Amino acid sequence: MKSFSLGKAFVPVVSAITLIFLLTPIVHVILFSFNDAGRSNILWKGFTLDNWQNPCGAPQVCTAFGNSILVGVVATVVATVLGTMIALALVRYRFKFRSTISLLLFTPMATPEVVLGAGLAAQFLLAGVEKGIGTIILAHTMFCISYVVVAVKARVASLNPAIEEAGRDLYAPPSQVFWRITFPMLLPGIIGAALLSFALSFDDFIITNFNSGTSTTFPKFIYVSALKGVPAQANVLASIVFISALLLVIIVQVLNINKQKRLARQ
Amino acid sequence: MALTAFSANTKSVDQAPKKKGLIALVLLAPGIAYMLLFFVAPFIQLILTSLQAPDAGGGIGQYVSAMQFSNYWTAIQEYWPQITRSFIYALSATLIGLLISYPLAYLIGVKVRSKPMLQGVLLILVIAPFFISFLLRTLAWKSLLPSELVGTHFSVILGLVYNFIPFMVLPMYASLQALDLRLVEAGSDLYASPLTVFRRVTLPLSIPGVVSGTLLSFIPMAGDYVSASREFLGSTETTMIGNVIESNFLQTQNYPMAASLSIVLMVIILIIVATYVKKSGAEDLL
Repeated sequence: MKSFSLGKAFVPVVSAITLIFLLTPIVHVILFSFNDAGRSNILWKGFTLDNWQNPCGAPQVCTAFGNSILVGVVATVVATVLGTMIALALVRYRFKFRSTISLLLFTPMATPEVVLGAGLAAQFLLAGVEKGIGTIILAHTMFCISYVVVAVKARVASLNPAIEEAGRDLYAPPSQVFWRITFPMLLPGIIGAALLSFALSFDDFIITNFNSGTSTTFPKFIYVSALKGVPAQANVLASIVFISALLLVIIVQVLNINKQKRLARQ
Repeated sequence: MALTAFSANTKSVDQAPKKKGLIALVLLAPGIAYMLLFFVAPFIQLILTSLQAPDAGGGIGQYVSAMQFSNYWTAIQEYWPQITRSFIYALSATLIGLLISYPLAYLIGVKVRSKPMLQGVLLILVIAPFFISFLLRTLAWKSLLPSELVGTHFSVILGLVYNFIPFMVLPMYASLQALDLRLVEAGSDLYASPLTVFRRVTLPLSIPGVVSGTLLSFIPMAGDYVSASREFLGSTETTMIGNVIESNFLQTQNYPMAASLSIVLMVIILIIVATYVKKSGAEDLL
């Protein structure tokens, strides 16, 4: 293949700088989970394993973490079910207001979170709903639906209808075609959308801040304690999430590559 | 639009939509009802709140319905510096982000395409930040930067650029990954210099990714208030519109002011995005 590089060294060098810029804070967060800092984890005071042995040692940190997991799971389950249904309807059926509905689902992603958060808070204020875990879940489900629809829609659009037709030709009733053919083929897309939605919910701060009242999530805990210094236990919990998620992604990647190799050999 | 670029490598198969009104209705109804209740209604409520007037007999945070359009004028007048600052920050951060992200996207999507293992590793590195709290990562910059730089325009823009690199790289990568390398080869066979090939072939074909990436970053950047907040990378000199909306809503309970500013933010974003999409000739993305 002919050279199509734009200056041999330029691209790798800039890429390396960008990657270092991107990854340095991650290393910092993990490193400071081992900091013997006491209350304020800003300066390096020496190495310790205490924080890892007692990740719930700082007040509130595990409550906040637990709340984030609860919110993330509930919002993800509801958003994945509702979003998948919408995605199927949008790709497979022709109906009035189709483009209006697509626009309605896309707009939340193109709206700054501060506007979404303030709007929901104004609505809860008017309705006299007390803010707490419930309102956080309601808010997260809303933006997660948008992302699920986009992710699953792409998957539905890439399905080959001939496979389903084959099922129908073999006299399978529609429900069987759906559960034995369509759904299994969509499943990887649905799982991907659910993981994306959990990640977005788990790390959301701005919308949460407007709709949480006195309840705390993990990001809100960090924001609130930022003034006095975030306890190193928060770094421990964040590092645990990071390492587990990374391992999960690597395992999925490796399984995928192996599967492709196997298919190539056949 | 924007996000569909993530999946540019999945070919869509022509699926003639069928007419089955009832099933479509059953599939759509719950989700659409949810979005009407928790997205459309709050938006309308935000507009109504932006026009409210203080309750003559009430205390702090007490407002009554009104048609007080002058709220907008007050909001713009009072917070003009913060409004302009937000957009200057967001535009500079988008531009810097684009300049440092495009080469990385090009490396992953074009240069290492023949090495799937390396490509996979680089992609994981780009999405790795998603797995660890962005607030902790932003705070990390506060420790990493020399203390005299914290609280300046520089540190806030750095925070914005930093937080949105993956949102820039991923759509541009998707576009570049779909680029047919034979076109690039044809260009160089016709004696175009590598730079000309890039300018005339590669770049134009990656415009959808560039537009998606810049929009996915610019819109949240303009409304961001974490980087610019005093506890993170900002100071009173760097307050953005997001900070003002937050403090008016959650601290001083001046809901009409917060709501007016939110609408002003949305309108300016819409104008900038519409102009940009038109100029870049990427309307079909929307």
